[in-house]
Amino acid sequence: MNMKKTYLSFLVDNHHGVLTRLSSLFDQRGFNIDSLTVSTTNDESLSRITIATTGDEGEIRQIVNQTRKLEEYEGVFEINPYDSLIRELLLVKVASDKENRSSLLELATIYKAKIIDISEGSIVFEVTGKPAKIDSYINHLKDYCILEMCRTGATALQRGEVRMEK
Amino acid sequence: MKLNGSEILVQVLLENEVNTIFGYPGGAVLNIYDALYKNQDKITHIITAHEQGASHAADGYSRATGKTGVVLATSGPGATNLVTGIATAYMDSVPMVAITGNVGTSLIGRDSFQEVYITGITMPITKHNFVVRDIKDLADILRKAFKIAISGRPGPVLVDIPKDITAAVTEYEPQPKQTAVKYNFDAVKNLEEVADVINNAKKPVIFFGGGVKNSGAGELISKIVKKANIPATHTMMAAGVLRYDMPENLGLLGMHGSAVANMTVNDADVVLTVASRFSDRVALAPDKFAKRATMIHIDIDLSEIDKNVKSDYHLIGDAEDILSKLEVLIKENRHDEWFEKINSFRRDIPYSTGDGKLHPKQVMDIISELAGEDGLYVTDVGQHQMWAAQYLHHVKAENFLTSGGLGTMGYGYGAAIGAQIGTGRSHVFHITGDGSFHMNMNEACTAVSYNLPVISICLNNRALGMVRQWQTVFYGKRYASSEPDRVTDYVKVAEGFGAKGYTCSTPEEFRAALADAMKSGGPAWIECKIDREEKVLPMIPGGGTVDDIMYE
Repeated sequence: MNMKKTYLSFLVDNHHGVLTRLSSLFDQRGFNIDSLTVSTTNDESLSRITIATTGDEGEIRQIVNQTRKLEEYEGVFEINPYDSLIRELLLVKVASDKENRSSLLELATIYKAKIIDISEGSIVFEVTGKPAKIDSYINHLKDYCILEMCRTGATALQRGEVRMEK
Repeated sequence: MKLNGSEILVQVLLENEVNTIFGYPGGAVLNIYDALYKNQDKITHIITAHEQGASHAADGYSRATGKTGVVLATSGPGATNLVTGIATAYMDSVPMVAITGNVGTSLIGRDSFQEVYITGITMPITKHNFVVRDIKDLADILRKAFKIAISGRPGPVLVDIPKDITAAVTEYEPQPKQTAVKYNFDAVKNLEEVADVINNAKKPVIFFGGGVKNSGAGELISKIVKKANIPATHTMMAAGVLRYDMPENLGLLGMHGSAVANMTVNDADVVLTVASRFSDRVALAPDKFAKRATMIHIDIDLSEIDKNVKSDYHLIGDAEDILSKLEVLIKENRHDEWFEKINSFRRDIPYSTGDGKLHPKQVMDIISELAGEDGLYVTDVGQHQMWAAQYLHHVKAENFLTSGGLGTMGYGYGAAIGAQIGTGRSHVFHITGDGSFHMNMNEACTAVSYNLPVISICLNNRALGMVRQWQTVFYGKRYASSEPDRVTDYVKVAEGFGAKGYTCSTPEEFRAALADAMKSGGPAWIECKIDREEKVLPMIPGGGTVDDIMYE
């Protein structure tokens, strides 16, 4: 079995309970959700749900075909990682004092992280990027003391002309 | 015209030609029942003993008539009592609209009396469900529910209506009856390829499931079987699609299927699967299922393709539509050598007879004989269900109603009541066991109140026979909880409900009891005392293959 991380982008009707329906279906059919983001789109009647999941080709096809049966389903798109923009957002609060501040700022520059708060004893950084970049930044921060962090799931668009429609 | 929510509900039911519904009243649906009272000349409401019975009745009504079954229940426990019936219908793709009342909009979310989040509870067992939050949406939501229930792969839909919506008033405009969304199959090239595969097969077999009944493709299956001289086997859901005595019909496939059916599929070079989902009771070991064969799968539901068993070719659409186009491309053919080989797979199961005692196969034979070709059979779940599937003389697809997917013990009585009301048959035969019957025997009061000729034939082995059979074979005869010490007097209980009661322990007694019950024209119970050691055979254990068939 060839398990791979897959990003699926769903267009669904912007209704009560549609997120529950979709996520419950993943659970019911035994599929794991690695991450999930949801928002409305330029068409107010539609929401876009981006789900990162892991499975072999047959499993991914099965869960996609199951979701197609939802009444509120309007479209699905498997995000091709080579031709897409996949981004996450990270907010991380790191313990900071005079000694480590400059090295933290240096690291932030490398990862294009923004400083959004400096308080007594801590700095909050904001960084966006591909999931791998976020992973790598967090990895480097492990040399410091992470007080708190919060990370969104992946959200994704295909490059160029391709447009997801109903 | 301005109507309140309850009147709109009645009007939409009438738009959809619903003249019978099953249900049970309660606080949250009082307005709806008031509207039903005023329209009782147009819609008959059947009250059951329990909402579960009503849900199975709506299911049985639908399976026997092909119409959409409608069930109505109050909020809270009324709604949760429908759950098993809805899940049963979902697993067997039965079109049903379940309507539940709920507490008023202002009370929702406050843990009010008899409040339950039924749309959350039923999300995974309905095709879709709705909460009506605005009276203006009510009519269209109900119409959508009817449309969804019958479109594509049929199934249950639930509409939850808060009490204030049933009283609120809005403009109502009649609309025509909802029809199914049709999908026209147009993949002609695939069809030609598939026909080539079938035409060139040396050892083909057709394997079909319950979807053939839903789409009315039985005639076409029969036509292809005859034209191309191909043997056929089926799931329990499709019993009766082909006549039981048709020579090409190898009977049931799977766990309790015939040896010949299982061996034929195992040996085949091409398997044409029509509207079956390869459940674990059929494809016990999915990776080894028909492993020598080129697999062709026809189904209306794309998600069934490669879900359990992988196929080499698939055609998505209505079975009747696809088969009618495929049939034209399939050439007349003979497979004499193949049939010769198939005949060598046949293996008779020895049945005890002539010892004066009553045996399951005799019971089924006598029922088939007295019921004739028009017998409508409804089963519960367990050994009796398998015997009914194996031995009844099935001749019509709509005449065998059984809970195949969910395996719901207690399904039969409600379903038999619904089926009788839907068809108006002079008899409906409810075949049950003492385990299943004890679950919902309270529906006797419904059969008596409406004087329905539902004859319950209870195979009493004083055990939960199927559980016990597994314990005999796989658990060293440790009969944990499968031999409940019940001393129920079926005759007295039947009479207590106002039905006729019979008990019998010989074939002669059973024949006489059944003949008498059929003559009486009302509800009756017939207890058939059988031995505990009777087994359903042959049997392939879960996960097994033809190499594991047990004959005794």
